[in-house]
Amino acid sequence: MELALNQPAPLLKRLSWFDWLFSAIVAVGGLYTLSRFGEYMDIYEKGILLTAIPAISVFGWFWKPFRVLFIVVGAISLFSISQYQGNLARMEEAFFLKYLISSQAAIMWMCALFSLATLSYWAGLLSRSEFTLKTASILTWSAVTLGFIGLMVRWYESYLIGADVGHIPVSNLYEVFVLFCLITAMMYLYYEALYKTRQLGALVLLVITAAVGFILWYTFDRGAHEIQPLVPALKSWWMKLHVPANFIGYGSFSLSAMLGVGYLLADRGILASRLPKQEVIDDMMYKSIAIGFAFFTIATILGAMWAAEAWGGYWSWDPKETWALIVWLNYAAWLHIRLVKGLRGPMLAWWAVIGLFVTTFAFLGVNMFLSGLHSYGTL
Amino acid sequence: MNTPPHSFGKSVFELMSSMRFAISLLSILAIASIIGTVLKQAEPYNNYLIQLGPFWFEVYEKLGLYDVYQAAWFLLILAFLIVSVSVCITRNAPNFAREMKSFREHVTEQSLNAFKHKHEAATAHPPEALAASAQRYLEGQGYKVKNLPREGGVLLAAKAGSWNRLGYFLAHSSIVMILIGGLMDGNLIFKVQQILGYKIIETRDIPQSQVPAISRLTPSNPSFRGSVQIPEGSSADVAFLNVADGYLVQELPFTVGLKQFRIEHYTTGQPKSFESDLELFDHTGKKIREATIAVNHPLIHDGVAIYQASFADGGTRLTLRGWNLFSPSSEYFDVAGSVHQNTELTSAAGKYTIEFTDFRPFNIENMGGEVQPAGDTMSVLGGSPVSDKKHLRNVGPSFQYKLRDARGQALEFSNYMLPLELDGRWYLMSGVRGSPNDAFRYMRMPLDAGGDIDSFMRLRGVLLNAALRPEIAARFARQALPENAWNTEIEAKLKFSATQVLALFAEGGFQSLGKFIEDKVPAAEGEKAAGTYLRILELTAFEALQIANRQNGLPPPKVDDATGWLVRDTLNSMSDMFVYGAPVYLQLAQYDEVKASGLQLTRSPGKNVVYFGSLLLTLGVFFMLYVRERRVWLRIKPGHALLAMSSAKHTIDFEKEFLRHTQALDTLAK
Repeated sequence: MELALNQPAPLLKRLSWFDWLFSAIVAVGGLYTLSRFGEYMDIYEKGILLTAIPAISVFGWFWKPFRVLFIVVGAISLFSISQYQGNLARMEEAFFLKYLISSQAAIMWMCALFSLATLSYWAGLLSRSEFTLKTASILTWSAVTLGFIGLMVRWYESYLIGADVGHIPVSNLYEVFVLFCLITAMMYLYYEALYKTRQLGALVLLVITAAVGFILWYTFDRGAHEIQPLVPALKSWWMKLHVPANFIGYGSFSLSAMLGVGYLLADRGILASRLPKQEVIDDMMYKSIAIGFAFFTIATILGAMWAAEAWGGYWSWDPKETWALIVWLNYAAWLHIRLVKGLRGPMLAWWAVIGLFVTTFAFLGVNMFLSGLHSYGTL
Repeated sequence: MNTPPHSFGKSVFELMSSMRFAISLLSILAIASIIGTVLKQAEPYNNYLIQLGPFWFEVYEKLGLYDVYQAAWFLLILAFLIVSVSVCITRNAPNFAREMKSFREHVTEQSLNAFKHKHEAATAHPPEALAASAQRYLEGQGYKVKNLPREGGVLLAAKAGSWNRLGYFLAHSSIVMILIGGLMDGNLIFKVQQILGYKIIETRDIPQSQVPAISRLTPSNPSFRGSVQIPEGSSADVAFLNVADGYLVQELPFTVGLKQFRIEHYTTGQPKSFESDLELFDHTGKKIREATIAVNHPLIHDGVAIYQASFADGGTRLTLRGWNLFSPSSEYFDVAGSVHQNTELTSAAGKYTIEFTDFRPFNIENMGGEVQPAGDTMSVLGGSPVSDKKHLRNVGPSFQYKLRDARGQALEFSNYMLPLELDGRWYLMSGVRGSPNDAFRYMRMPLDAGGDIDSFMRLRGVLLNAALRPEIAARFARQALPENAWNTEIEAKLKFSATQVLALFAEGGFQSLGKFIEDKVPAAEGEKAAGTYLRILELTAFEALQIANRQNGLPPPKVDDATGWLVRDTLNSMSDMFVYGAPVYLQLAQYDEVKASGLQLTRSPGKNVVYFGSLLLTLGVFFMLYVRERRVWLRIKPGHALLAMSSAKHTIDFEKEFLRHTQALDTLAK
């Protein structure tokens, strides 16, 4: 009788052997890292590493496909690292490294796969082909896998350049653009499975493809993919927290904007029969902005705490800080209107779309047009 | 029907606590913030004056746009926001607290029937038994349940997610806390003192010790953010706060001494770390503390945080050779000076003041072209992420100075100590510019085989010496003509031409020669004449070099490529001399570096308030967004059960949950 009632079972009973295997792998990996490299870490970095073990475990339990992603990315990255044999020049000699899984090769594959996924989503949407849409999902997953491998290997490569050069690859505009693509894609894939609808991929992948276009231009025109040592201001454990948290925010705001586009298209009867119901899009949009807002809040607070340590004040009204505040105020207002007034419909969808422009300006425009303390990624 | 008139106070309360008002304030705040990101803040007022012109400069100043975030109207918006949010909390908090506790047990069957989300089921179980199993079910779903006897049966009142309301309370009070913390760290106290006339901003450029008390802040000032530059081996007991178009002197509760400042570099030349070894003394001179600070690693003492903010030259002592560029001799004179100080220069060329502005021990320059990725796989991938920075090189020390003439006009110079290799040959470089917005234009002086500019200077001296011209011309003519043409008219003509070319060149370099040709030679033959003159100039210069070597007791120059280039480069360099803008070139012979560290000193009592507010904000946001408040009622009478559900937010999740509860009721009721 209890089963028929759908009573939630206690958490630990719900976990499968694979969940436990996953957690064991995460814990062993984390603890091995700590024992092997602990002497090069400060207390905060050790803290981050130790907290990451349960955090990744629980996240894997919560979102099951992440377990597979984590293990595959880990295994292939380790294979790639083993191919280097501690020698950077192997990048241009070893077959796997040269064509597939050196950092730059993997990231270029990610770019190609995201572009293919976009085409497939559109083909599937227009031809109402479930099979094509499924292919598009698989392509997106592959792109995410290769992108993460690219970042992991890049992390290792930076240490091969010099022990003092090595750092987590979230330190310049090129690296965070890759991160942006990955986070946006992962959040989309989560909602795709949750709402059992693949049609919106066509819209969401557009913003990722735009980022891919930027990465390619940035690589070929500006050579921005070169690994640079950190400037002293960035040499801090805060970077490991502040930057990813920010990009969860940016990623989900972009995602919600594209969902807003979907909502408005459906509202005008364009693709309406192909896209999911408007209330589904609306719900996704709300959830995406909610998670984005929560992480953007955390990211901004972490940024303030870092600024207090690096620049001597938690708030300096630096253009980047100010624009982060504007983005925050924008979505705070969005959530107020939606939650308190209970407003729905095209107005909020428009607002989410416009939010993308505000976010993009905060993310890119500030670096391009305004000068300030935050000048780590210039164009 | 008359509505009772609202009192004024009540209307204000209503307005302040309305969400529309709060959202409007947020919008104004956002727009006002944008101004400060577009217009660069806290620049020297002169920059604004140049940028805006006198009229708009005045208007902008009145509006406080040069420091928007401290402007009275901006602070007023923040104050309004504090009031608005506080009023909103006081208005809603009691209600919300009641709601959190309440099970809403007074609902009637009739009102339950009016719910949009309701479900009825027939049951054979006695009401108490069904109530017990339903209560177990709801508790399993995370609800708090109250079992209430009602007429002819039972009412179950259940609620879940009450913390959502707590989230509202936390998030909104945290905003008030953060704003108050921020205002505590702002300069409100000073603003009030300024308005009342107790404090005045200092705008004069005078030594710190002469700044009067009215522009000084005592060590007890609760919050400040100032900066100070300390040379190695010195100390400071004040910091400077930049305010509007002037500054204030903040006295510190201790004295900071700088023992050493260090920069470490990566192998590629980029800076890796900036560190200062500090000593703190109390005002009796007793050492209290010793510490090393670095970027991201401040020192906190007595509530004052000391940050590594910048670095500069702290008065490096320079030993220089002064070359009088237009004197026909090759003698130099000695000059000594220190960075940030002036040296008077009285030379044949006139009276000048040298203002030494900076010294840099390293200069990392890009000395090569961009390397294109090769045409293989790597080029498809955009090339290796391992950058090829072999063309980045440290080209050694340089120093900068302004040379101000008697009329007060100044040009800025930047001279390298070591030679640079350009096109396979070595030169000493001296850059000059008229204003800080221009790029430096470089004069390059060729080195001789010994690696010095002495040969250049000697040749220059001889070429400028009018007395030597007949001899040079004679040597040149003899060299150029076959023996049978010696002592003929041709030789006389050639000598005349050579003297003329030398004289023209000594007057203004290639420009004078060019102008002469333009004026005197028909346009059709201009190019040919220029070629001839250039040839004559090079050959006479070679003869001049012979003389220069002889005068200095050196062997005659070899006839080879190196000598050829030395002569050509000397001529080019001399020609540049005429547009160099100064009659003197200062060559750096020796230096004794003194660095200075730029520290930022902050006391911010509001910091912890802001941090605590931030923590509450995070919790509040999560509660508000991720805890859903729901209520369920189950009215059970013999043979019949009525389920009703409500929530403030009717999301898809809510619909799903309602469906789950109805199915559960059907199962339990069976």
